[in-house]
Amino acid sequence: MAEQTTVQIDTTITKQNITSDQEVRWCVGCGDYSILAQMKKTLIDLGLPREKTVFVSGIGCSSRFPYYLDTYGFHTIHGRAPAVATGVKLANPDLSVWVITGDGDGLSIGGNHLLHLFRRNLDINVILFNNQIYGLTKGQYSPTSPVGKVTKSSPYGSLDGPINPISFALGCSATFVARAMDRDPKHLVEMLKRAHAHKGCSFVEVYQNCNIYNDGIYFNLTDPATKSDNVVYLEHNEPLIYGKEKNTGVKLNGFKFEKAELKTEADHEKLFKHDEKNPDPGYAFMLSGLTENPELPTPLGVFRELEQDSFDKMFHQQIEDVKKDKGKGDIKKLLLTGETWTIN
Amino acid sequence: MKDVKTLEHVTIRFAGDSGDGMQLTGNQFTQTTAFSQNDLSTFPDYPAEIRAPAGTLHGVSGFQIHFSSELIYTPGDNIDVLIAMNPAALKVNLNLLIHNATIIVNEDSFTSKNLKLAGFEKNPLDDGTLSAYQVIRVELNRLTLKALENIELSHKEKDRCKNFYALGMVYWLYQRDLDPTLYWIKTKFAKSPVLIEANTTALIGGRNFADSTQIFNTSYKIAKAKIEPGVYRNMTGNEALVLGMVTAGQKSGLNIFLASYPITPATEVLQFTSLHKNFGIRTLQAEDEISAIGIALGASFAGDIGMTVTSGPGLALKNEFLGLAVMTELPLVIFDIQRAGPSTGMPTKTEQADLWIAMHGRSSEAPLPIIAANGPVDCFNVAYEAIKIAVQFMTPVLVLSDLYIANGAEPWKIPNPDKLPEIKINLADKDDPYLPYERDEKSLARKWALPGTPNLEHRIGGLEKEDVTGNISYDAENHDKMVRLRAEKIQRVGDFVQEPTLHGDESGDVLVVSWGSTYGAVLTTVDFLRAKGEKVSFYHLRWINPLPKSLGKHIKKFKKILVPEVNLGQLIHIIRGKYLVDAVGFNKVKGLPLRIDELKAAILKLIEE
Ligand SMILES: Cc1ncc(C[n+]2csc(CCOP(=O)(O)OP(=O)(O)O)c2C)c(N)n1
Ligand code: SF4
Repeated sequence: MAEQTTVQIDTTITKQNITSDQEVRWCVGCGDYSILAQMKKTLIDLGLPREKTVFVSGIGCSSRFPYYLDTYGFHTIHGRAPAVATGVKLANPDLSVWVITGDGDGLSIGGNHLLHLFRRNLDINVILFNNQIYGLTKGQYSPTSPVGKVTKSSPYGSLDGPINPISFALGCSATFVARAMDRDPKHLVEMLKRAHAHKGCSFVEVYQNCNIYNDGIYFNLTDPATKSDNVVYLEHNEPLIYGKEKNTGVKLNGFKFEKAELKTEADHEKLFKHDEKNPDPGYAFMLSGLTENPELPTPLGVFRELEQDSFDKMFHQQIEDVKKDKGKGDIKKLLLTGETWTIN
Repeated sequence: MKDVKTLEHVTIRFAGDSGDGMQLTGNQFTQTTAFSQNDLSTFPDYPAEIRAPAGTLHGVSGFQIHFSSELIYTPGDNIDVLIAMNPAALKVNLNLLIHNATIIVNEDSFTSKNLKLAGFEKNPLDDGTLSAYQVIRVELNRLTLKALENIELSHKEKDRCKNFYALGMVYWLYQRDLDPTLYWIKTKFAKSPVLIEANTTALIGGRNFADSTQIFNTSYKIAKAKIEPGVYRNMTGNEALVLGMVTAGQKSGLNIFLASYPITPATEVLQFTSLHKNFGIRTLQAEDEISAIGIALGASFAGDIGMTVTSGPGLALKNEFLGLAVMTELPLVIFDIQRAGPSTGMPTKTEQADLWIAMHGRSSEAPLPIIAANGPVDCFNVAYEAIKIAVQFMTPVLVLSDLYIANGAEPWKIPNPDKLPEIKINLADKDDPYLPYERDEKSLARKWALPGTPNLEHRIGGLEKEDVTGNISYDAENHDKMVRLRAEKIQRVGDFVQEPTLHGDESGDVLVVSWGSTYGAVLTTVDFLRAKGEKVSFYHLRWINPLPKSLGKHIKKFKKILVPEVNLGQLIHIIRGKYLVDAVGFNKVKGLPLRIDELKAAILKLIEE
């Protein structure tokens, strides 16, 4: 039980048998549909045995996700999915455990649990659907909404500073941190696969369009017309290059990222290369800051991946070590420990 | 040798500064008393502060032990013998002394500074304050230093041995064998021969001093109690919970998974449990109480038996998850070691006032079985039984203990685990079609389907379930049906657990109905009154939810019903509501256990009315 077995591959999973018999109840046009579809593709491609896959979610539109897959699933309470997932993974480390959460669920009410999930580095995949709004409660500002956001609960504009989920995850020592978008299915599948491959806690922020309460907030990143100027894909060991003609890059000037026009070979040389294995949290943290920089593109892809023993592995190893050290527990002996006396 | 008198029972209390080693001294006396085959019950009383300033009233640490040649059930109301290491210890305990009690004081500590710290204007040893008692003045510091004259230790370290000097004197007083403590000293200080020598010398020194100086007129003997044959050890409530838990894990073949967040007086349970990882026990210190119960519930979903332990404020935080556990019908065990007060209250004092939050703390209709331990030793059985019911019925079970039980100790007859009842697990069969909310006819429990098992894939959650399928349902009729089914399932627990037996006659003037840690005090009081010919009987609840079936029948046969509680009346509301009976409460909420003398008076008054 304690040993993590090599994952078997199930070649019998199809789109039909991975889909549960429950009717999907998201609004027509919601970005959640795409994320669900890409998740199915990921599960099929990876051949993850359905019985060994568990989806744990909190509360929100996004958190309905587990009902729609024919795997094991637990729709828990608001913000607390990381805690439940921790119990599931530790009870049976053989399971592939996925946490599905929203920006409100994961970062407002559940911020503390997410912090601890990251720093413990359990081998769990966290997928956070970020639509910058509370969908299920019908459109209040969320912890990722920008200052000034006008919603039903902030008719004169919200005053709360937003959280950058990538910076948050990096700040909590998450070992795998990535970003994807509902409207970039291929890249999203790639990120989901990489999250799964990472042995430790993986965090994927997914930009998700809520077409009912926050429509279009990411359109400049997803519209073919504007996308290439506003998005940069992170590739390990490759420079950050973007633009329709691939003639713009991001260079580092001291502690600042700057835009670089790429005209000559020499201009290319000036670009630094993305290093997702860089153990210095400062680097990835700076990179996450590009998101808020209006001059520069929004990075998508893997910000950081570090190898570290996962908590679940150490947790069970410790139990085995104690067994070895003290000998396997004997209940009769235990009950008789300490100073005893006999009455005849 | 002076006179030797035989006594039936004695209550003594060691009291001193937090640094005086009173808990240790008390524990040694307890162990030796157990070896002498007296029955006993203890009550450690710690200060709230970790290191209160020396000599102050709020820094007094006490350890009370009641021992007897008869079976006893409480650590005693009043003190026969007080060992006061300083003026503050004397002051704090004065109101608990019986008339003519013996007080052994460390005279050396009655300095003007300490007297002032304790709030004495004059020295009570000289001004007649203590004229109703037998005061034995001992220069404990001086005598200890003198006994250790030839040992190479600092003055300070020698001074710290004075608790053993005092213990030696008390051992003489009760004709106790020094060997168990001498043995303990040897093992405890195995690495430091000089400390072995010092503590041994102090202990023997104290005994010899009492023997040769004749400062006590009499020494006492308490005959062996008629205790059931068997192998015994002393056991506190928190230790017993852990052993019950570990034993249930072994018997069921399930992994125990305890996740908890530290809180007094529950922390020890997490600490003790964590020591037993060689039993495959899984423990985790969570980031908060909410996470702790969430982790436990996740573990239960995946096939462990998830548990969490906390005290009042922590239980308040856990209640949303308890609702989810009720809805998803997963096994889970929550230990609530009650302490005094709303909010942070008095964390080191006892109370039994979490019954209402246990019963009603969740949103909507979310009943769950509640079992309450009646004393330290009972915690073993209660933990075991709670786990058994949780897996048998697929339900969260709430266990109520309290600080008084958690820290108190009693001799425990060590059970043979082979003789404990089996714990049956209700697993779904992978070859059958799985309907998550299909129920067992008798218990109404649904089946447990463990992730990792092919063919049993399913989704659960907090949204209302459709009967049998477990699909999400907003259907009005279905909701009504499910609410009733969940409630009925909990009622059926009553068909599978033992009913309490009525103590005393089937009818009479007063039936005392109690729960939890008041058991010992009520039993002692009722027995006393019955011996005097009063028509009083006693019914103690173990499962509070569901209430035992025979309770209603008994209630009808008595003229009056008395419900004593260390709260303002929580069980009484439940009883009045259910049986429409004009029960009377006896309530004290002082952070202290119920007193026998007060309860006696209350019952007598009720009989007279
Ligand atoms: C304890 C608790 N508080 C509040 C709610 C109400 N609630 C449900 S979902 C939600 C916000 C969800 O927002 P988000 O996580 O962004 O998910 P989305 O619906 O946008 O996918 C809130 C406040 C709740 N269910 N439970
Ligand atoms: S409210 Fe928004 S997030 Fe929720 S289902 Fe509708 S579109 Fe999707």
